[in-house]
Amino acid sequence: MSATAATLRTRRRPPRETAGSPLLLGHGRLPRALAGTALVVLAVLWLLPFVWAVITSVQSEEDVNTTGLSPFKGAFTLDAYQQILERGNVTLWAFNSFLISALVTLITVVVSTLAAYGLSRGTFRGRKALLGVTVAAIMVPPQLLVVPLFDQMTLFNLVDTYAAVILPQVVAPMMVFILKRFFDGIPKELEEAARIDGASELRVFRSIVLPLSRPIVAAVAIFVFIGAWNNFMWPFVVTNDPDLMTLPVGLATVKDAYGIQYAQSMASALLAALPLIVVFLLFQRRIVNSVATTGLGGS
Amino acid sequence: MTTTAPLDAQARTSSPPVSGGGRRSALGRIRTGNGLVFVLPFLLVFGLFMVWPIVQGLWMSLTDRSLALRDTHFVGFDNYTEAFRDPDVWSSLGNTVFFTVISSVPLVLVALAMALLVHSGLAGQWAWRLSFFAPYLLPVTVVTMIWTWLYQPELGMANQLLDTLGMAPVGWLSDESVAMWSVAALTVWWTVGFNFLLYLAALQSLPATFDEAAALDGAGAWRRLWSITLPQLRRTTGLVAMLQILASLKVFDQIYILTKGGPNGSTRPVLEYVYDVGFTGYRLGYASAVSYLFFALIILVPLVQLRLFRRED
Repeated sequence: MSATAATLRTRRRPPRETAGSPLLLGHGRLPRALAGTALVVLAVLWLLPFVWAVITSVQSEEDVNTTGLSPFKGAFTLDAYQQILERGNVTLWAFNSFLISALVTLITVVVSTLAAYGLSRGTFRGRKALLGVTVAAIMVPPQLLVVPLFDQMTLFNLVDTYAAVILPQVVAPMMVFILKRFFDGIPKELEEAARIDGASELRVFRSIVLPLSRPIVAAVAIFVFIGAWNNFMWPFVVTNDPDLMTLPVGLATVKDAYGIQYAQSMASALLAALPLIVVFLLFQRRIVNSVATTGLGGS
Repeated sequence: MTTTAPLDAQARTSSPPVSGGGRRSALGRIRTGNGLVFVLPFLLVFGLFMVWPIVQGLWMSLTDRSLALRDTHFVGFDNYTEAFRDPDVWSSLGNTVFFTVISSVPLVLVALAMALLVHSGLAGQWAWRLSFFAPYLLPVTVVTMIWTWLYQPELGMANQLLDTLGMAPVGWLSDESVAMWSVAALTVWWTVGFNFLLYLAALQSLPATFDEAAALDGAGAWRRLWSITLPQLRRTTGLVAMLQILASLKVFDQIYILTKGGPNGSTRPVLEYVYDVGFTGYRLGYASAVSYLFFALIILVPLVQLRLFRRED
C-alpha cells in the first residue's frame, strides 16, 4: 500500500499533537499529575522483574540464598556470568539461535517477497486460488502442525538436524500477504517504462520494486527474526541433541540441572535476553511503526 | 484485478531480444511473463511444510499411528469419539478457556490504559514504550526463568513483598487455585506490549477535530475520553480482543516450562495435553484428533467476531 509507505515515512517524526498535547487530558494540573503517577507506577511494575533479575545475577549464590528483601546486602560479583560463559553451552545455544534465526529470516524473506511479487503482478492461472489459500493459511496455528511435521521429519530422517528446525519455519503466509498488499500499492507506470526498455521481470523486481519496498521488507525481516529467535515449541520437539538446541530450548531443557542456583539462572536469562533488546534499541522506530501500520508481529 | 495489465502488455511487446537471443525464448517468456516462476519457491515450501502436514495430520487422526510402533491401522472416527469421552480433554479445555478469560481481559484493558496514558503526551515517550514493550521481545524461557525466581516460595520477590507487608506467603505455583492466575500475570507482563503498540498507533491516527471541538465546548477530560476517544477506538478494540483470544487459546510454551501443567493438572491447557499424548504417550493418531477438534474450535472465534460486528453495524 502506498499509504503504508507514506505513514512509514511520515511517522518518523512523532505527530505534533502527541508531544505535550492538552487534547486528552485538558489543561488541568490534577489529571496530568494523576496520569503521570499512573504511568510511573506501571513502568516500575513492568521494569521490576528485570531489575530483580539483574540484581540477583550479580551476587554470589550464597548471598542470594541468605539475603532478605534488600538485595543490596550481598557483595557485587560477576561469578555467575563467568561460570556460565565457562561452561559454554549458553554460548553454543546462542550461536545456534543466531545461525537458525538468520537462515530462517534469509530464506523466508527471499521466498516471501518473490511470491508476493508473483501474486501481485502475475497473470498465471490459479493466482487467485493461491492467494485465497495463502490467506486461509494465516489462520492455521503452527501448533496444529507439530505432530504431523514431526512424523514428516522422521520420514525424511531429519530429526535432530538444523534443517529440521529451519525448513518448516520458512512458510510465512502472513508475510506474503503483507508484502503482496504493499506491492499492490506501487504504481505500475514505473515498471512499465523499464519493461518497454526490455528489462526482464526479475530485473524489474530487483531494480525497481525492491528498492521501493525496503522499509516493509526490513520490517518483515525483523519480525521473522524475532519470531524465529523466540520460537519454542517446534525446535523443542525436533531437537534432542543439546548441541543443536536454540537458546530458549537449551535453557528450558537444562535449567532443571542448575535451577536451584538462581544467580546463574538469572545471569543466563539476561544473557539470552540481551540480543533482542539490542535489536529493539537499534530498530525501535521501525518496529513500532510496522506494528502500527500492518499489525505485524502478532503470534 | 488491474494488476494484470502491464504483464499482458509485456508479453505482447517483448519480442525484441535484448541481451542474448536465447534468454528471450518462448519458454522464458511463459515462465517469467506470467509471474508463475516467482511463486514457485513458496509453492514448494508451502506444499511441503503446510499442506502436507495438514493432510497427513487429518489422515493420522483416523489411524492408531504411534511413535513406537511401525504398524498403522485405519480406525475411522474412533479417536474422535474417544476424545469426546476423555475427561482429560474436557479438563484441559476448561483450563484453556479459563486462562483465555483471565488473561485476555487484562491484556486488553491494561494495554488500553497504557496507550491512553502514554498518548496523553507526558515527556519520555521513548522510555515508556521501551518499558512496556521490552518484555515482549524476550524468549519464553527467559520470561519463565525470571518469574520462576519471582514466584520462588521462600526467597522470591513476590513472597518477600508479602512478608514485609506482614502477610502470609502464597504458593504461587504450588497452590491449585492460584497457579493459573500466576501464569496469567506472567503472560500479561510478557505480551501486553504488543497490544499496547496497536492501541498507541490507533490513538495517534485518530483525527483530533472531534476532540478539539468538544474541548472548545467545555467538555472535561473524562467526558471526552468516554464520549469521543473510546468510541473511536471500538474497531481497534475488536481487533485487539480477537487477536488476543486467539493467542491465549493457543497457550502452551510458558505453562509447559513453568508448571508442566501442574499442580495436579490444574494448569494443563489443551495443547499441552496434545503434546503429552503424542510425544510422551506416543499416541500420534489420538493427539492429531484432539488437535484437529481444538482447531475447529479456534476457527469459530473469528466467525463469532464477524457475526457480532455485522450485527453492530
